[in-house]
Amino acid sequence: MTAVIEANGLGKRYGHKWALSECTLAIPDGKVVGLVGPNGAGKTTLLHLSVGLLQPSAGSISVLGGRPGTTATQLARVGFVAQDTPTRAGFSIADHLRFGRWMNPNFDAKLAEERIESLGLDLRQKAGKLSGGQRAQLALTLAMAKRPELLVLDEPVASLDPLARREFLQGVIAVVADSGTSVILSSHLVADLERVCDYLVVVVNSRVQVAGEIDELLASHHRLTGPRHERAALPRDQQLVNESHTDRQSTIVVRTNDPILDPAWTVEQLDLEDLVLAYMTGAAAQDRRPKLGVHS
Amino acid sequence: MIEFHLDARSGMAPYQQVVQQVRHALRLGLLVVGDQLPTVKEAATSLTINPNTVSKAYKELELLGLVAARPGIGIFVTATLSNDSLAAHGPLRQSLQRWVTQARRAGLDDESIDALYKECLRSSAAEDVA
Repeated sequence: MTAVIEANGLGKRYGHKWALSECTLAIPDGKVVGLVGPNGAGKTTLLHLSVGLLQPSAGSISVLGGRPGTTATQLARVGFVAQDTPTRAGFSIADHLRFGRWMNPNFDAKLAEERIESLGLDLRQKAGKLSGGQRAQLALTLAMAKRPELLVLDEPVASLDPLARREFLQGVIAVVADSGTSVILSSHLVADLERVCDYLVVVVNSRVQVAGEIDELLASHHRLTGPRHERAALPRDQQLVNESHTDRQSTIVVRTNDPILDPAWTVEQLDLEDLVLAYMTGAAAQDRRPKLGVHS
Repeated sequence: MIEFHLDARSGMAPYQQVVQQVRHALRLGLLVVGDQLPTVKEAATSLTINPNTVSKAYKELELLGLVAARPGIGIFVTATLSNDSLAAHGPLRQSLQRWVTQARRAGLDDESIDALYKECLRSSAAEDVA
């Protein structure tokens, strides 16, 4: 299986602060990848590194087997829609399409025009007069018409109302179904991505906390509740994700591929939202813990 | 053609819900042999779910021998789950409806009716075993 995005010890530093550090990923081809994490976690940094807008301070990243943004062919293979789906307010939709054609040798103008028509938009309309949802659709249309092998979308639906959000995601799904394009899209809301994605990457505090096929992640994570346990008592195959304790009870989230045998635990399945939250709170707790006590 | 829907709170994986809805439609005779299912793209966009999820559901239906893909044309129903008992549905439904009306009149709420119905189902299953 070829990797769409492969990162090894990837990091980006601004001054003393690492926006992304020790990021190692191998995302397989043909996935719709959800990149999830709180605001400021490093999602945009990772996406900008993968399209070549940023250069790594450490480690390496390859996208579709090449170095991001280095050659014209590499640029043509990746479609990118930046946060807030930027368009030129004074340009009409037709101007945008014309600009896309100038900039991209493989630009599929017919596809772009058909898509604009099917969205019920008028080519003469100025982008500044479009609604947020329509602007997002225009930006997606431009990225799609490049016929990219990978579509990178940074927080595409964050500012959209529920209907526009759904219509936008339907557009993404249509591209995937038609041409098997790989997609990576970021959001701080899991619910946006849950149904559309089949691969998940969780970034918190500039680190990748977990990455994998959603089905596998859901099958291997469990919430255990029972009488108070000490962390040392966990079997070795169980990786602790998050824990909370009262004086009598412990609730922990573990990752394991083996059955949980300890009869003291009540075992529950997690949904995707719980799973992401467990990693977010787990990472936050690790940060607060005194450095000596950090458990790796 | 049938239209799928998803219940986010069912606790069932989306692909399983699609499988179940096709089976349900086959059982009720809403889908018959020769009918076409929505294409992967149609189903995925209307549900706003990953196309791979729909493919997975269709593959499972194919394994169950209920549908077959004709390459380039679409997915078609090849078997049915309804049987002769379908003809008996009408009268049975009517008598059940009458019974529900009686139960309401006797002051039972929906939950009690449901509990009573399930209890009967269980005890008749136990009789069958014995």
